[in-house]
Amino acid sequence: MSIDLKTIKHISKLSRISVDEQRAKKLAGDLNSIFDFIEKLNELKTDNVEPLTSIAETTLKLRSDEVKSKNIREQIIKNSPQDNEDYFVVPKVIE
Amino acid sequence: MSDITKQSLTELVENIKNKKLSSTDVTKAFIDRSEKSEELNAYITNDFTSALEKAKKFDQKPNLDSKLPGIPMAVKDLFCTKDIKTTAGSKILNNFVPTYESTVTENIWNEGAILLGKLNCDEFAMGSSNETSFFGNVQSPIDRNLVPGGSSGGSASAVAGQLTPVTIGTDTGGSIRQPASFTGIVGLKPTYGSCSRYGIVAFASSLDQAGPMAQNVKDCALLHEVISSYDPKDSTSIDFKRNHYSKELTNNIKGKKIGIPKEYRVDGMPKEIEDLWQKGIQYVKDCGAETIDISLPNTSYALPTYYIVAPAEASSNLARYDGVKYGYRAKGENLIDMYEKTRSEGFGAEVQRRIMIGTYVLSSGYYDAYYLKAQKVRKLIKNDFDEAYKKVDAILTPSTPSSAFKIGEKTNDPVSMYLNDIFTVPVNLAGLPGISIPAGHDSKGYPLGLQIIGKAFDEQNILNIAYAMEEKINFKNKITDWWIK
Amino acid sequence: MSKKDSEYLINRKDNQYEVVIGLEVHAQVLSDSKLFSTSATKFGAEPNTQVSLVDAAFPGMLPVINEFCVKQAIKTGIGLNAKINKRSVFDRKNYFYADLPQGYQISQFKDPIVGEGKVILDMPNGQKEVGIERLHLEQDAGKSIHDLDPQNTFVDLNRSGVALMEIVSKPDLRSPDEVNAYIKKLRSIMRYLGTCDGNMQEGSLRADVNVSVRPKGSKEFGTRCEIKNVNSIKFMQMAIEYEANRQVDLIEEGKTIDQETRLFDTKKNETRSMRSKEDAHDYRYFPDPDLLPLEVSEKFIEELKNDIPELPDDKKKRFIEDFKLSPYEANILVSDIDTAKYFEEVVAKMGKNKDIKLAVNWITGELFAVLNSKGLEISQSPVSAKNFAILINLIKNGTISGKIAKTVFEIMIDGDKDPQKIVEEKGLKQQSDPKALEALIDKIINDNREKAIEYKQGKEKLFGFFVGQAMKASGGKANPQLINEILKKKL
Repeated sequence: MSIDLKTIKHISKLSRISVDEQRAKKLAGDLNSIFDFIEKLNELKTDNVEPLTSIAETTLKLRSDEVKSKNIREQIIKNSPQDNEDYFVVPKVIE
Repeated sequence: MSDITKQSLTELVENIKNKKLSSTDVTKAFIDRSEKSEELNAYITNDFTSALEKAKKFDQKPNLDSKLPGIPMAVKDLFCTKDIKTTAGSKILNNFVPTYESTVTENIWNEGAILLGKLNCDEFAMGSSNETSFFGNVQSPIDRNLVPGGSSGGSASAVAGQLTPVTIGTDTGGSIRQPASFTGIVGLKPTYGSCSRYGIVAFASSLDQAGPMAQNVKDCALLHEVISSYDPKDSTSIDFKRNHYSKELTNNIKGKKIGIPKEYRVDGMPKEIEDLWQKGIQYVKDCGAETIDISLPNTSYALPTYYIVAPAEASSNLARYDGVKYGYRAKGENLIDMYEKTRSEGFGAEVQRRIMIGTYVLSSGYYDAYYLKAQKVRKLIKNDFDEAYKKVDAILTPSTPSSAFKIGEKTNDPVSMYLNDIFTVPVNLAGLPGISIPAGHDSKGYPLGLQIIGKAFDEQNILNIAYAMEEKINFKNKITDWWIK
Repeated sequence: MSKKDSEYLINRKDNQYEVVIGLEVHAQVLSDSKLFSTSATKFGAEPNTQVSLVDAAFPGMLPVINEFCVKQAIKTGIGLNAKINKRSVFDRKNYFYADLPQGYQISQFKDPIVGEGKVILDMPNGQKEVGIERLHLEQDAGKSIHDLDPQNTFVDLNRSGVALMEIVSKPDLRSPDEVNAYIKKLRSIMRYLGTCDGNMQEGSLRADVNVSVRPKGSKEFGTRCEIKNVNSIKFMQMAIEYEANRQVDLIEEGKTIDQETRLFDTKKNETRSMRSKEDAHDYRYFPDPDLLPLEVSEKFIEELKNDIPELPDDKKKRFIEDFKLSPYEANILVSDIDTAKYFEEVVAKMGKNKDIKLAVNWITGELFAVLNSKGLEISQSPVSAKNFAILINLIKNGTISGKIAKTVFEIMIDGDKDPQKIVEEKGLKQQSDPKALEALIDKIINDNREKAIEYKQGKEKLFGFFVGQAMKASGGKANPQLINEILKKKL
């Protein structure tokens, strides 16, 4: 198992974290040593094992259809990096 | 009273209730000591001024029926606190001020406690040494240049260094128990679903649990009693009957069956740890409990499993930090450029590393080989515990495979850093409660801890065992106040 | 293109191509609050005023599912004759976008709440069954607004977190007409159930359209392209037409079709590739660890089943059997729930001696024409079902003629007036007294002797002339049937 620079670039793109060449090399090294260690799982046969989807042994509780959250626009927008009273603002999206 | 900060939570509560101490006395004392303790770097944000105001207000009209009357308390900076900056130890949340309160801290303030400030932690709770915080590493009160453990390193340091009577941390793979063990204090990771995750900055949703950290077991039980609650705002919160853990605390553990899992005797484990474990076994026997050798066959697979599950969930949980709604934003030429720069500049190296691992194991073509596999192994690990609990009431293990290490010692070797959590991680994977109690010192005089793992929702039982052992161990933490000039 | 035997085929030189279409319809669930948060879902609110901390993905915020939305999805599943899954799982679909605050959409991937089902379409050449692959619940995203500022995109999160049902059809559709019928049928079923208002202008119903082509008679599917987020039936049809022809052209030129996501440009009336987006799309689905598997009991489902109203197919059957309507008429009446409601109310109000055919003709004729010209829905009809029924009865019992009824109807439109009163006030009652009419006709024959003779000599066309004269003399109120009878007798 080996994670190459191309893979690092791909996952950095998926995770929207830009990495320069130097960081990419460092990450490739780190990830390879981590995955060497993770590969230990291949020793185990798990064909007939049901994956665990939730550790809490209960079922999903349902809430009633009531509007409780009022207009809190000021609160919601207060922390946003760019000033605008009505909207979140981001650099132009290029389609 | 000059040694207010040396008092346990239980003593402070009693003294305030008996009016021997005012909330102002207590709050002042902890603020004074906190102010003298800057070198520990335990705080990210302090709220001393308003803490004193609140203490005075409390004293004017004290509600002495509450469980934490006028008790000042600092909390890990992973809990969102209304109108107080909450950073999760990250640059990306450097300027974030929540307009809401986490359920767990809300429970604490509802019982009369007062916020002192927000404690340092590894960035997004990812770390075992508190060296990944954007706000700098935390020093251990045990010794200069020693890590306090992580990720709740600021919390451990603050309790051991007596900057706060008790605190709360969060534990995803050992983040309460390992630093508790490293600093000679008690730390409890409750059953998954005991404490609400609402308002806690998420790391790995299926593993994260908040829990108490304290000087002793009784304090720990009292704080757990306050924070544990069913919360409809958290879909994974479980509605079960919660005990009055402190009231029902007993050292009578006669006839309890304690499992000793052979797989926790790992290669290269220092003899000191083995000796400590044997001592622990003797202690529980002295208390009238019975020890039984058990097997948890899949133990060695827990850490690799954890390093798939936790980063996978984290990679998704941390996608919301994109510079759009709150937190740090880098300048970008377009939306994607802004995302990539914000996240590259806003997250530290360890967080980026884990996001990358998580993204990779979920990505197309690798999901089955890694994530699905890990979920299956997780099931096997849980089955191991289920089997064991047919025979025993609790399990006793060391908390960590070594004592605390030096700052910088493991930062360049992620895997050796991860190995620190080898005994704590299986407990999170199985969603069980686990408590670490200080049980001795190594040759360097550094604290060592023992871990008691319980059945799900059986916190009372492990608290009782810990309480009984605590009495026998009679641990004295060696705090020299080296950092106070 | 030819429509021989109503088959939709694309013709090139010697080749004929069949078009294969599958739809992923996104239907907004009718609910007061959002799928995982308690903020409101009302359309048209001020930007970001219906956004909770959960919808804007603040740190530590957690989803809690809305029971009503779950019920709505199950009801819709029942309406689609589909299998309801007692256990379903919510997954995270991970991607970054400005209007996706969490950085993931909570959806259902492997285990949807509703499995396979079917709907029946009434096509001109008979019925057609369209398979439903699945229905799952998911969150809607917010809205990005690109034209408010030259440098920036503005984001409104009001829609973020609103519950959607994604209804995935099997690739069973073969023409734009079938797509039209399919969407209308889905909308009709959901409106009967009250699970989605089907309002396409407000974005309550949108679809991703999967299109592929294959030589006529071929059993294998061609490479498909997905046209994203089309929000009107007309655009869907135009997009399919364009896309199918584009694909056929590629094949004819010996080129290959790339499986890709495309966008329909409504201004240029063409589809274009969105490949730029494609690169970054690896959704990394995994079960949402903030939610547990959704489990519903048999009892829960049974209770919902008991709550299902009569659906269009059953109603149609009943209309045909009980009211002796043609399938065509029944279809028109049942396809929209409000039309069906109006019709049934009219039927009820007409009482015992009713003429249902007449009522149907008047609803589909006069009433629809008025609604059309005024741009109104039948639920906003200016004439209530009660007064409409009275009007039909007035015609039926001969109080007024059909022609007069039209005049009365014109007056009724303005303020829903009682037709009985209009008839009385305006003296529009039909003249049905045979003696009076005989006298009237005698006079006309007398005044037009020559024409009467011509008629008798065989110029039968003149009969109409006499009817016209009689109607004119009576001010249009004479009972036309009686006029006919008397004239025949007298001439």
